[in-house]
Amino acid sequence: MPNKKTIDEKTVKHVARLSRINLSKEEVSLYQRQLADILGYINKLNELDTKDTLPTSHPLGNLKNVFRKDTVKKSLSAEDVLKNAPARKDDFFKVPKIIE
Amino acid sequence: MKDYEIVIGLEAHVQLLTQSKVFCGCSTKFGLAPNSSTCPVCLGLPGALPVLNEKAFLHAIKTALALKCRIQDIIKFDRKNYYYPDLPKNFQISQYDKPLAYNGYLEIEHNNAKKKIRITRVHLEEDAGKLMHDPGKGLSYIDFNRTGIPLLEIVSEPDMRSPDEGSAYLQDLKSILQYLKVSDCNMEEGSLRCDANISVRPKGEGSLGVKAELKNMNSFKAVRDALSYEAERQVELLRKGESVVQETRLWNERKGITELMRTKEETHDYRYFPEPDLVPLTVDKKEIEKIKRSLPELPQAKKKRFTALYGLGKYDAGVLTRDMEISNFFEETIKLFDKPKKIANWLSGDIASILNERKTTIGETRFKPAHLAELLELIRAEEISGKIAKEILPEIFRLGISPKEIVRSKGLKQIKDAGELTSVIDDVLRENKKSIDDYKKGKKNALIFLVGQVMRKTKGRANPKIVNEILKKRLDDGG
Amino acid sequence: MQIKPYLDRIDAVNKKLNAIIYLPGFVGLEGSRPTKPGKVITIKDNICVKDEPTTCGSKILEGFKPPYDATVIKKLKEAGFVLMGKSNMDEFAFGSSCETSCYGPTRNPWDLERIPGGSSGGSAASVAAGIVPMALGSDTGGSIRQPASLCGIVGMKPTYGRVSRYGLIAFASSLDQIGPLTRNVSDSAMLLNVISGHDEMDSTSLDLPVPDFTKSLVNDVKKIKIGIPKEYFPEGGMDKEVKKAITKSKDTLIALGAEPVEISLPHTEYAVSCYYIIAPAEASSNLARFDGDQYGLRKHAKNMVDMHMNTRTAGFGSEAKRRILLGTYSLSSGYYEAYYLKAMKARTKIKHDFSDAFKLCDVILTPTTPTPAFKIGEKIDDPLSMYLSDIFTIPANLAGIPGISIPCGFTEAGLPIGLQLLAKPFDEEALIRVAYTFEQNTDFHKRKPNI
Repeated sequence: MPNKKTIDEKTVKHVARLSRINLSKEEVSLYQRQLADILGYINKLNELDTKDTLPTSHPLGNLKNVFRKDTVKKSLSAEDVLKNAPARKDDFFKVPKIIE
Repeated sequence: MKDYEIVIGLEAHVQLLTQSKVFCGCSTKFGLAPNSSTCPVCLGLPGALPVLNEKAFLHAIKTALALKCRIQDIIKFDRKNYYYPDLPKNFQISQYDKPLAYNGYLEIEHNNAKKKIRITRVHLEEDAGKLMHDPGKGLSYIDFNRTGIPLLEIVSEPDMRSPDEGSAYLQDLKSILQYLKVSDCNMEEGSLRCDANISVRPKGEGSLGVKAELKNMNSFKAVRDALSYEAERQVELLRKGESVVQETRLWNERKGITELMRTKEETHDYRYFPEPDLVPLTVDKKEIEKIKRSLPELPQAKKKRFTALYGLGKYDAGVLTRDMEISNFFEETIKLFDKPKKIANWLSGDIASILNERKTTIGETRFKPAHLAELLELIRAEEISGKIAKEILPEIFRLGISPKEIVRSKGLKQIKDAGELTSVIDDVLRENKKSIDDYKKGKKNALIFLVGQVMRKTKGRANPKIVNEILKKRLDDGG
Repeated sequence: MQIKPYLDRIDAVNKKLNAIIYLPGFVGLEGSRPTKPGKVITIKDNICVKDEPTTCGSKILEGFKPPYDATVIKKLKEAGFVLMGKSNMDEFAFGSSCETSCYGPTRNPWDLERIPGGSSGGSAASVAAGIVPMALGSDTGGSIRQPASLCGIVGMKPTYGRVSRYGLIAFASSLDQIGPLTRNVSDSAMLLNVISGHDEMDSTSLDLPVPDFTKSLVNDVKKIKIGIPKEYFPEGGMDKEVKKAITKSKDTLIALGAEPVEISLPHTEYAVSCYYIIAPAEASSNLARFDGDQYGLRKHAKNMVDMHMNTRTAGFGSEAKRRILLGTYSLSSGYYEAYYLKAMKARTKIKHDFSDAFKLCDVILTPTTPTPAFKIGEKIDDPLSMYLSDIFTIPANLAGIPGISIPCGFTEAGLPIGLQLLAKPFDEEALIRVAYTFEQNTDFHKRKPNI
């Protein structure tokens, strides 16, 4: 982690795009400042020597091999599946066309 | 083309054969009403959590071991983050830096030469939903039934050097998966899908050319055709002094060409990280050994055994062992009728075409090894002709009753009685005076014609050998 | 026992507090339905209740009614509880003040100008104000313990894996845990009995027998070793009144026979950094699903990408956006190793701190928060200082260990102060015993806000 690394506006815009969020010009500069602040604090982790440390992705280190049996359980009713849908066509969810 | 070498690597996606989905209890059945096999988990509703299907995991391990892979000491899942409407959580539970298994190989046999295709990695992930597009209205419709069906991704090294090798690899992979009973590998229903990386380079060149990724190949033929087309396209570019661009291309089956889907610059930033809702998995050495021992005899080994034990040629043995059900059927039939070559001919000939026509597998039909053995015995005993046997075959498939019974009830038994045949022959000779003249003028074909007429009159039941003898005698005697 | 008195109390105080944002439909219809005394509860709005609004205090989940019950809700219903509404929270549990909800801030019953703490602020305020005897909250970095502390009630974060997370709308999956907020330790133990236990729907829920926690309601701490971590009593980093109350509480326990042990948790200073990488990263992924395709808000557009963009831009508040951006950044290519991987390694060190410490003591005693409740609006424009207010509660989530906050004093201005006790994994019994003994020998829990 480079020390004193701050985040620039270009990166904020890129990350916003990855997150599917539009930012106004003012928001870009606000978040740039705030994120730089936070990252500046977070960089404290640089002080830590973690060369020989294994990562913890999970607090229950010893818990392994949790499975369910391959049995079919009742699915939701069509009504329950679709009742929250902002738009539907018959029993399909309806969304605007996809352009990459 | 011959100045260039083609380099191909394949990425197969295999739907694993389970009752329920990989992280929830919804059914994996194909063709259900839209969104009827969904629940909070596979719909990715807020608050829902995944729990791994043990069967899917064991299928994955089994496959990895059959492909001679090393199993990861600690197996974990990762989230692959990207936005797409067929992905309800907007991330896919997959495996990233530590795939379930790695460093394996598959030995293919092509043009009578054996070749090891190295397997880079095998990993388990969830399938996405299905989108239907309505371009006219600018809308898409989503069905999440397929979301969460267990998917095994099998990635090869770029070890194949021709479209045919690619196809052979995929065919052999399919056989192995079917032998293991981990997938039905139905390409039409999408339970076996394949992407390819392909590049070309001048012969003798050490480093790899720029590769394109090919998608949307939905049959073995499509794989071969798409690879051939793409290889030629790339060679053409190089010939013209242009360069190949790293990009993803779609196979357009109708037009028979590959088309640009997206270029490298647009590729995603997937932001992989360990899936916190699932816990790590381990398979201990003992368990791995146990699974290895329990693996069935795989196609390669069976093929070898079939040539040695039954004296079959490599080709026959290959055809029979490609499909495990067929190979089992073959061995069951041998127990009842000890003529391997005859059985092989029927299985790879008429029986194969019936199965093809009906798009079914032999296990799903009512045709059993005892039926085939009985049919062949009827032919051997000259009770029926091979032609009659072929004719009644579809009926045995349909009704599942014994060939003897069909022969009896339809009166299809061969006529060998000389008296009975002579009266038919008399009729034929009366009606075909010209042929008698022709014969006498030395046209030997006339005899064949006359035999055919007798066969027709007896609806194929006459014993052609006896008919031939009687006819010849009558004609030569001046009748 | 009737429901009506509860509804009357809501009518009387909720306008001032904004603690409850939805009343379940059936309460209105069957207001006179009898219920068992005490079995009335509010539910944090990030826990799914079938066919009732569940919005995480966010516009993006406007109108969403889950088609299923969270496992804890099933358990409560089976045990005969009446669900007395969904309680307000920081949007998606992102906050320590309950100010970021799209339904407006919740106020502290002890001082309406001040925050109740967060993110389970509505749950804490509804219990402190006497609307209900208990509430469910969720705790990702202190979201149960901190508001309990600032509202003068008891808040317990169980061990990660003790209570099923199925149906809890995830903030950070490796840190989240549901737990009780109650007026006293006995209710906490009782409610924990109801909601604990293995759930086959949650891979991270541990298959362990659940003890009867009410058996740990024992008024005796003799010989119990209480660890005092020097890192939790920083010079100058702490409100003087808080420090005084905590020191006094420690003396109270010692006087009751507990044995103090000096301990060190040397990596404490890295906990906030570690947390603000891991939690937003997981959150950015967990919140990706809110895109307008299947449920909740949709802001129309001609194509999918624009529809997703418009929906998320309109649906998320500014703190949610900040965390999503931060999390996306730390996971994006080129930064993963520097941030996320580094944080996972720091997490290992913090976890080891605790396992080492618990070789020397049975429970660890710390303040829950460095200060009493601050004023509404005071920190809202300074995210970093807001984040730092969770400095004492975050380490327990990173380590997955249980923690409880209990009332241990008041400032001169009459604001509650909370004492935090931490124990080793799956030893909630130790927490209950020490907390109960402290409660039985003090009367901070008896004071009620004047509202």
